[in-house]
Amino acid sequence: MSPFPISPAPGDQPVLVAGGISDSHTWNLVYLQLLLEEHGHRVVNLGPCVPEDLLITEALAHRPALIVVSSVNGHGYHDGMRTVTRLREHPGLAAVPAVIGGKLGIAGPCGSDEVAALRAAGYDAVFDDSAEGVAAFRRMLATLPQRALV
Amino acid sequence: MTGVGFGAFVRRAHDAGRLVVQPRMGMSSPELMRAGLLATRNATATTVGTITLDSYTRVGDLESAQLAVLEGVALNGYPIVSHETATTLRVLDGIHGAGFPVQVRHGSAAPQHIFRALMSVGLDASEGGPVSYCLPYGRVPLRESVAHWAASCELLAGLRESGAEPHLETFGGCVLGQLCPPSLLVAVSFLEALFFRRHGIRSISLSYAQQTDPGQDAEAVAALRSLCARYLPDTEWHVVVYAYMGLYPETEEGAYRLLGKAAELAVASGSERLIVKTVAESRRIPTVAENVAALEYAATVAGRTARAPLEGTGTQTYAEASALVNAVLELDDDLGAALLTAFAEGRLDVPYCLHPDNAGFSRSYIDADGRLRWADIGKMPLNGIADVRPAQGITSAGLLESLSYVRRSYDRYGPEDTRAAEPARP
Repeated sequence: MSPFPISPAPGDQPVLVAGGISDSHTWNLVYLQLLLEEHGHRVVNLGPCVPEDLLITEALAHRPALIVVSSVNGHGYHDGMRTVTRLREHPGLAAVPAVIGGKLGIAGPCGSDEVAALRAAGYDAVFDDSAEGVAAFRRMLATLPQRALV
Repeated sequence: MTGVGFGAFVRRAHDAGRLVVQPRMGMSSPELMRAGLLATRNATATTVGTITLDSYTRVGDLESAQLAVLEGVALNGYPIVSHETATTLRVLDGIHGAGFPVQVRHGSAAPQHIFRALMSVGLDASEGGPVSYCLPYGRVPLRESVAHWAASCELLAGLRESGAEPHLETFGGCVLGQLCPPSLLVAVSFLEALFFRRHGIRSISLSYAQQTDPGQDAEAVAALRSLCARYLPDTEWHVVVYAYMGLYPETEEGAYRLLGKAAELAVASGSERLIVKTVAESRRIPTVAENVAALEYAATVAGRTARAPLEGTGTQTYAEASALVNAVLELDDDLGAALLTAFAEGRLDVPYCLHPDNAGFSRSYIDADGRLRWADIGKMPLNGIADVRPAQGITSAGLLESLSYVRRSYDRYGPEDTRAAEPARP
């Protein structure tokens, strides 16, 4: 992952990685960048604490193949609902694939109601931070169009 | 140094041979927050209280914090700006005082609103720093954070006019939680303390977070204390050790062993205070009972550990830390300006930090002996000082392995190696 934080290959659609609006954690985002790069994707890593407006601006500028929102501070559900609601309101971003994952609630994993609400609000997938969640995320990555691995 | 306040309380405890232990506790409900403070005070340990704020208040999104208060939605901390002043006064009533000081913990790069709120309820202790609550924590430009922190220190220092001794703790010794070589943690923690001092604060604590190797941690605390003794004049200061801030062990035994090592580090290194972690850390925000159990366990380990501080200046960690500190201090008489130049030029460079104002050239790794070392020093002035071993390109699996090194090390001990059987270190 060098240079940092935007990996080099130009031309194709990148994957946008963003921390939750109020989430200061970084390691989850560094890990995701490496994982996505290993799957052949160019990554634009917006870092922690990404406000909705910044995510929208960057999404319009980069036209990403996928937006990945990651959160581990317990506000992931509420922040994630806000982010995707604003994102989907934007005419240019109604169809861009967007997913969310991590530790999404202050009491541990989200319940099925919350997962359903996140999907209804516009996420194409919701992943918890279990081994199964990570495996499901990897399977999803394999279905995306990707640039040639070099 | 008037003998009042948070710093004086910790000093008195240290002089009496006791380690002060403290949770990282914050709940949005005033009733739960009060219950948490009471439980902390009543724990069988020498404790200070914590009000950790929610992350909406931290990033200045007061609208969301206010909305949560109105709708009764639980947050990940206490929204001190959004609760009524009278509400917070009731939370603290009869609890906070000379025998039980309370610190407000937040994580903000622009904490003026937080400092005003805590001052309005009679509190005078907080923490953070212009670098450590900016770079790894969000997107506020470092220049703005430095200006906000200068103003915030001066705001808090104004309490001295009324006879109080306001206290600030650096968060610089905890930057990124894990995988930052200790010399850089020591340098940033010290530089933030000096920044507080130059902006009027006279009672300061310096943080250092337990890392991967107990010997290197002991060197780091000794280096930090040596820098303070030498360069922090006319200041009441102490060192606060944080139990490991990275991926925490998942087993109860592993979690307690790691906490025990942190308590041993704190006492043996001559430190005065310890921030604990709990058995729930790897899964969720801990309960009050889990926090009390952690406080009492840490106090028990501390009680059977002797002070045995290392000589501070003869180590690799001190050589690197003092080189970093000196390289910053020579840049500008104004420490805020010096910090800005240092990061712009990469003289300070936090490995893996994604902030646009961090150079991002440095890299670290965990060596075979467990010590954190530099794989790349970037443009930091450590040529000929640091032992640099370029690492191969890091992979996601390799990063995860490094991030979980401490968790794996402490979780793999079997049931025969329980906390009761754990030997105290001399």
